[in-house]
Amino acid sequence: MTTAIAALPRKRVSLPRVLKSEWIKFWSVRSTLITLGIAVLLLIGFGLLASSLYGDGSDPGGPPGNEPTDPISASFTGTNFAVLAFGALGVLFTAGEYSTGMIRSSMAAVPKRLPVLWAKAAVFAAVVFVVALAASAVVFTVGQSLIDGGASWSDPGVARAVVGTAGLLTGSGLLGVGLGALMRSTPGAITTLFGVMFLLAMVAALLVPESWSDVVQYLPSEAGDAFTAVTQQEDALSPLAGLTVFSGYIAATLGAAAWRIKRSDV
Amino acid sequence: MIEVHDLTKRYGDKTAVDGLAFTVKPGIVTGFLGPNGSGKSTTMRMILGLDRPTSGTATVNGRPYAEHPDPMFQAGALLDAKAVHTGRTAYHHLLALAATTGIPKSRVDEVIDIVGLHEVARKRVGGFSLGMGQRLGIASALLGDPEVVILDEPTNGLDPEGVLWIRNLMRDLAAQGRTVFVSSHLMSEMALTAEHLIVIGKGRLIADVSVSGFIESASNESVRVRSPHANALHDLISGPGTTVLSIDRGLFEVTGLSAEEIGDRAAGAGIPVHELTVIRPSLEEAFMELTKDAVEYQSATIGATR
Repeated sequence: MTTAIAALPRKRVSLPRVLKSEWIKFWSVRSTLITLGIAVLLLIGFGLLASSLYGDGSDPGGPPGNEPTDPISASFTGTNFAVLAFGALGVLFTAGEYSTGMIRSSMAAVPKRLPVLWAKAAVFAAVVFVVALAASAVVFTVGQSLIDGGASWSDPGVARAVVGTAGLLTGSGLLGVGLGALMRSTPGAITTLFGVMFLLAMVAALLVPESWSDVVQYLPSEAGDAFTAVTQQEDALSPLAGLTVFSGYIAATLGAAAWRIKRSDV
Repeated sequence: MIEVHDLTKRYGDKTAVDGLAFTVKPGIVTGFLGPNGSGKSTTMRMILGLDRPTSGTATVNGRPYAEHPDPMFQAGALLDAKAVHTGRTAYHHLLALAATTGIPKSRVDEVIDIVGLHEVARKRVGGFSLGMGQRLGIASALLGDPEVVILDEPTNGLDPEGVLWIRNLMRDLAAQGRTVFVSSHLMSEMALTAEHLIVIGKGRLIADVSVSGFIESASNESVRVRSPHANALHDLISGPGTTVLSIDRGLFEVTGLSAEEIGDRAAGAGIPVHELTVIRPSLEEAFMELTKDAVEYQSATIGATR
């Protein structure tokens, strides 16, 4: 028995290498692939279901009180469900390392710690954006073909809605990545994400007085709606402002996660 | 080389590691001994930069571990066998760790062979036994062919064949000039593998000695003597430098004289001796004697507390 080997070339830890490591990690866990598949199915499945029912006089689908009012939003009925699924995927990617203990191996390999978080966020964003963009393009194209007088790619606001939806799904996932690393608990982070993306807006609608409605538009879910909707709501941010606010939440969450990772014990 | 200076770690008002200072030298196996909860794992985590010391420093090859640009080549560690994502295969686990510092795939296959996990490398770690988990942990420690190897209770959960394998592995690594730092709560295990011992209790340094020195100080032997003429023999052997402890009628324990000396004196005076037994405390007893005041979770004898 011997451990002697032909001299191993000594290399340094670098961000591209940590990116490669996270890429391997992302694709080598079955639950990641399953969650990714479910997220895509939710977006496409609900979108096509709602599209096929749109305009035929039956229940148009979608959550009660939030029925699609135009053909394009019919095709994107599944967005809310996909937000949760991609968010859960993001949580699993970071909190999963803490719940399994993998994080100690990861941080021993990269003791500067923060490259692990940045690489995770980058790999996640790249993979999820590509997948979500493809899914969102498919659900729009096929969905509209099911609707009489459906919209086409050249209609105003369509390209923004398709790309914006992919951006919203990626951003929700990144919120999950940040919350998972910040809270180090899968159930805790998923519950928080659900609260932030859904309950907050509902609670605000019930409790916040009329004069405060300016505040509501800055909630993560409302900011997300602002850059995915084809037709702009009144009292909503402009698409660019919505994107900026939403990105701000992601940056703040990842920043808080980075602060905790750098500061506390693994 | 591992150097620890005034290392302290507090969790709230509980002090886990209290002003530790020691050096672990290359070329030998150094045992890190202490009862459960004495701060061994916390110390090892601080050496690897996983836990932040409250005060003090720990360096690996002259620098804090986290400040090396090539950490996996400097030190490899098995801290616990569960530092693995259960949903990933052993191969992909090692591949992901290797990728962080550009270690080639061929080295991943090599360490899998070294630890004997070839058959199960493509299986998910969730189904591994504790022993297989330990082997995987050791594989990840060896990935970077590091100068310093840190193993926390590596024989946990291993079968006798595995224990023997670990012992040989540690000796080989040390013989190659590496620093091998291995923790255990079993003195007997350390007596077989280690050349040097660092003993801690309740987070404090108790002993920093060579194993041979420890054995010498521990083999404070005494002689049990049984004789029908105990009083006469007692007078004959008592003197400065000798302690005689009476145990029973006609039976006592002598320290400070060898069995031969006692026997010769008794024979010279014509005193019959019925028993002459050398009593040597075991290493385990010596270790327990050394750490008895520093045991974190002392067990009370049932009934004694009533």
